[in-house]
Amino acid sequence: MQTFDLEAQGLRALNSTLHAQADNSNQTHWEIVNPKGSHAIAVGLDAPIEVNIKGSTGYYCAGMNKQATVHVHGSVGPGTAENMMSGMVVVEGDASQYAGATGHGGTLVIKGNASSRCGISMKGIDIIVHGNIGHMSAFMAQSGNMVVCGDAGEALGDSLYEARLFVRGSVKSLGADCIEKEMRPEHITILEELLERGGCDAKASEFKRYGSARKLYNFNIDNAY
Amino acid sequence: MCGIVGLFLKDAALEPQLGDMLTDMLITMTDRGPDSAGIAIYGDETTGNAKLTVQSNAPVVDLDKLDNDLRKRVKGKVSMDIKDTHAVLSLQADQVPAAREILSEIRPNLRVMSHGSTLEIYKEVGLPKDVANRFDIRQMSGTHGIGHTRMATESAVTTMGAHPFNTGIDQCLVHNGSLSNLNSLRRKLRRLGVHIETENDTEVGAAYLTWKMQTGSTLGEALTSSLDDLDGFFTFVVGTKDGFGVVRDPIACKPAVMAETDQYVAFGSEYRALVNLPGIDTAKVWEPEPATVYFWSHNAAPTAQEKAA
Repeated sequence: MQTFDLEAQGLRALNSTLHAQADNSNQTHWEIVNPKGSHAIAVGLDAPIEVNIKGSTGYYCAGMNKQATVHVHGSVGPGTAENMMSGMVVVEGDASQYAGATGHGGTLVIKGNASSRCGISMKGIDIIVHGNIGHMSAFMAQSGNMVVCGDAGEALGDSLYEARLFVRGSVKSLGADCIEKEMRPEHITILEELLERGGCDAKASEFKRYGSARKLYNFNIDNAY
Repeated sequence: MCGIVGLFLKDAALEPQLGDMLTDMLITMTDRGPDSAGIAIYGDETTGNAKLTVQSNAPVVDLDKLDNDLRKRVKGKVSMDIKDTHAVLSLQADQVPAAREILSEIRPNLRVMSHGSTLEIYKEVGLPKDVANRFDIRQMSGTHGIGHTRMATESAVTTMGAHPFNTGIDQCLVHNGSLSNLNSLRRKLRRLGVHIETENDTEVGAAYLTWKMQTGSTLGEALTSSLDDLDGFFTFVVGTKDGFGVVRDPIACKPAVMAETDQYVAFGSEYRALVNLPGIDTAKVWEPEPATVYFWSHNAAPTAQEKAA
């Protein structure tokens, strides 16, 4: 295992070292100490390596991730795992706003709560939150799955396309064109796999499914002022 | 952007270090706003006395013998402590209204930064580290304090455009965000006789809170009604003689992190600002909810007025 002291060695050295890891790197385990809320830790990774961050991070941790597993042993600031392509990001604590925004693939697991705009414009990522999510989450979500074991804030799934939203607790309000949908056997199967992947202690049968009513797909003159 | 820090001490043993801790927190936030910086410190109190913190762009001229000149006119005790461009005038609390009128007459270029029994506000254009050095903030002790580092968006980079703003006796406000109904609100407040000096949006927010409290609202009520009456983005941190409060607009896009231990409650625009506080690894750390007023007070038994927050 390689240990990297972020405070002593600096962010640029960290990210360029991690970027230099090729697909066949044998340095597959990294531990980052003293993150101290720094921004842009472990962004743009593209190798099947595992990075453990021992503490809380600032903005954009693990952004644009491909292949790598990034595990944050603390809480994360805004924009964590933004635009992730593949791989996995696990947050032991809470996540600030727009976690997993625009993500195309991979899995984001948040073991605490996620704040506002979680999964905004998600495009294929799977986001699994053990706690609650804030307002305007999954706004304009296009595809992928969002699982919330706790409650969802205001305007969940506003203007969403084909992402699937599963919420176990209450939903403060649904956004425009987001409706509750029937939970069919195929959805239970998908959700069971997601709960397993996210390490959630929850039963698929306890969740409700929300999705697009598909009323905003085409221009409707009656919606104009 | 803009960076905000706040520290409210529960453990009196930390009071001598307040200025030092707050300065470190503010310097960490420098890259959120390098235009100007300011700090409000709630320090010592002398019963019956008030402090007027004043500022001049020509301190050599304006602050020269200011205590003597003022003493002659108010016919009471006046002491003065000069720090760079600022001076803290201590005088009898009941003589402050008269003293302010006299000051505008004998030193028309002097600006009042703050008025309070314990509050002192220091702010200038420049980086947090430079501003803190000019006023020796690290040496200051106190019960609680607020700091701000500004990235100007809608008005000039000047001393008067810097934060914190003094909103009433022993009250101050700092802001991260931008208000969008500032012009209509400023016109409305000016019609009601509220004095607003600059084109700065936060000054309008500060004037709004002052006006609400002068017309009968508690601080908590004023902050709650700001959620309806102010349009735009804001994370506000407010200081009062006994405590400090936090409120974010309903959209809550301006960042905020809080930490609490047995020793303190701390606020930072980012977690980075809090990382060197004692016991941070085991502190309760959370993001304040949108459209929710938070308040902490030193009063063991908070009055109904403060509880309203």
